[in-house]
Amino acid sequence: MQLSESHRRYWRRNLRITIVLILIWLAVTFLPIYYAQALNRITFLGWPLAFYMGAQGSLIIYVLIIGYYAWTMNRLDREHGVQED
Amino acid sequence: MPNRQSQFNRQLRRMYAWYTGGFVLFVVLLAIGEQLGMPSQWIGYVFMFATIALYAGIGVMSRTADVSEYYVAGRRVPALFNGMATGADWMSAASFIGLAGTLYFSGYQGLAFVLGWTGGYCLVALLLAPYLRKFGEYTIPDFLGARYGGNLARMIGVGATILASFTYVVAQIYGVGLITSRFVGLEFEVGVFVGLAGILVCSFLGGMRAVTWTQVAQYIILILAYLIPVVILSTKVTGIPLPQAIYGQVLEKLSAKEAQLFTAPDELAVNTLYQQRADDYAAKIRGLPASLEAERTALTARLETLKVANAPAKELAAAEMGLRNMPRDEAEARRIWGDALKQADAKARPPQPHTAAHAGRNEDESDTRRLNFIALVVCLTVGTASLPHILMRYYTTPSVKEARQSVFWSLFFIFLLYVTAPAYAVFAKWEVYDTLVGTTIASLPGWVASWGKVGLVKIEDINGDGLLQLAELSLNTDVIVLATPEIAGLPYVISGLVAAGGLAAALSTADGLLLTIANAMSHDVYYKVIDPQASTQRRLVISKALLLVVALVAAYTASLKPDSILFMVGFAFSLAASAFFPALVCGVFWKRANKQGAVAGMLTGLAVSLYYASTTHPFFGGDPSNAWFGVEPISSGFFGIPAGFVVIVVVSLLTPAPDQDTQDMVENLRYPRLDGGRQGGDSDPGAY
Repeated sequence: MQLSESHRRYWRRNLRITIVLILIWLAVTFLPIYYAQALNRITFLGWPLAFYMGAQGSLIIYVLIIGYYAWTMNRLDREHGVQED
Repeated sequence: MPNRQSQFNRQLRRMYAWYTGGFVLFVVLLAIGEQLGMPSQWIGYVFMFATIALYAGIGVMSRTADVSEYYVAGRRVPALFNGMATGADWMSAASFIGLAGTLYFSGYQGLAFVLGWTGGYCLVALLLAPYLRKFGEYTIPDFLGARYGGNLARMIGVGATILASFTYVVAQIYGVGLITSRFVGLEFEVGVFVGLAGILVCSFLGGMRAVTWTQVAQYIILILAYLIPVVILSTKVTGIPLPQAIYGQVLEKLSAKEAQLFTAPDELAVNTLYQQRADDYAAKIRGLPASLEAERTALTARLETLKVANAPAKELAAAEMGLRNMPRDEAEARRIWGDALKQADAKARPPQPHTAAHAGRNEDESDTRRLNFIALVVCLTVGTASLPHILMRYYTTPSVKEARQSVFWSLFFIFLLYVTAPAYAVFAKWEVYDTLVGTTIASLPGWVASWGKVGLVKIEDINGDGLLQLAELSLNTDVIVLATPEIAGLPYVISGLVAAGGLAAALSTADGLLLTIANAMSHDVYYKVIDPQASTQRRLVISKALLLVVALVAAYTASLKPDSILFMVGFAFSLAASAFFPALVCGVFWKRANKQGAVAGMLTGLAVSLYYASTTHPFFGGDPSNAWFGVEPISSGFFGIPAGFVVIVVVSLLTPAPDQDTQDMVENLRYPRLDGGRQGGDSDPGAY
């Protein structure tokens, strides 16, 4: 089967989106853990910041990452004519 | 057929809206019943049997003899409902009952579970779910078999599936036994088999189709049961019914309370008494075996003096009991006294403050704790993205597009519970620290006695002042969620609701896991390897027979009450992560990955993980001093995952590239629709 230029561009854009989102996931997960002791000296609405990230902040960003990915990929599918319906 | 699908969606929404309303009404009626004098025993019974009967009803209504319906629910589960089903599939007895308790005791350090068990869905969404849906077969070993040409990769996949899922299902059935025995008063072993019946009625007749629709029903019950008590508690403490948003303020008060409690003179005196006890046990252990004999002589002598002095019967009985419970030999003494030493030692100093991160006695210890936190998050995250019973759920959506949306809904529904658990822990801790500690032991609330009877709460007035100091109170992890309704002084109907929620969490996860194991054996081993000509009917009969066998073996194992069950469950994540993740991700993103590389990588990942755990965990006869960089055995995947990746890459590059058909198949996975390629978006069962 032959892939068109549009197909290749679709896959490259998908890879770029995936890599950026993975980097965001890595950053919001592991940076607050690594610097937890320093971050905990900052208070955010009553929570020490590292505790807040582990208990709530990072989780909210996870939901946003997945929601953004679903939304943007479904749009990308249509732009490149690879959508299912 | 978009019209038929959207009509189906509307029907589903209406049905589950009615169902949720009906369930709320049912709880309200029971609450009224309780006010009118319905005994709490009955409330327990009604909750247990009504919910199990409900799941059974859904299971019977969803019975099917169609292969596509049986294995993947006909691939027409809408994103939203697949999200709820995944939520119930995912959140086990451990999440529902254990997590808030773990957070209560370990504070910040417990957040590794929260981060890992939610963050894993980022990997599922970005790296796996859409591609597996496009592949569109039935199981995870199916994917390995198709991508890595042949039965070898498939069979390793089956082996890893069974290894990871079986320990996990045993833990769920164990949880069912625990809940039924506590709330209905059945014997533990009987409870296990009642739970088993509840699991089987859901999955036996209707496979994935029945499991999916019961899981949606179970999700609704479990999330209501989790949120209601903590919302009421939050309203009681802060006046605001939004615990997740407001508990930061309670946490601030809790931290101030901790600072005050941990340095109170009474508390420090109690700590010193426990330190003395720990030192006593340490001395006894050092003096073995002579100390065992000395202890027996001393106890006998004491009993004699008591008898001669005509002491009260209570004291006599206690002394006799002490003599009877003496360790019989040196090995037993080492174990029993060692446990007692550990318990006393834990109470010899105040606990860590709730928000303290990676706190150790010195810089090195802090660094090791931080590394262990990171390793655990990595293993739980990658493990979440590798557990076959979760990945399988994304085969059931109607399209790739809905698979992506479905991961979003999955995480959203899971998020609701995980974001509440830390709040749960803080509110419960505040209640205990603020109202319980410092009261006179004679006037403790009723729940202390009722949970004390089953051994989950222990009180020891070690300094004999008649007041409860923090260190004198021992709580079991499970008691935090199970007893919070009583701690907050709520009616018994809420306790029944919590029990029903825990049961729903355990049953739904057990269903998904059992089906995964039975399908791996019937579909991948029997149909794909042993008898590819088998008729549809025969495949389903084999599948159901295996389901029954696996369920019975799992229930039998659970009824033996294996005591290292929690370690095994954590370890299942490391195993699944090391075995599956590198092969699955390379299968989609690296066309050059071939059969030899994948087989070698999966085996290496598994081997490294197993080897590390076996040399470092006492359960396998290992010793913690063998650890690399101090990483704990539960996180053995921290080494297994990278090893798997390295071996796949190196071996693949040393051997020939996969053939054109395989490379075409990978291209096909990457586009939801590729003209001229095989289509996976079909919902017509005839196409299979």
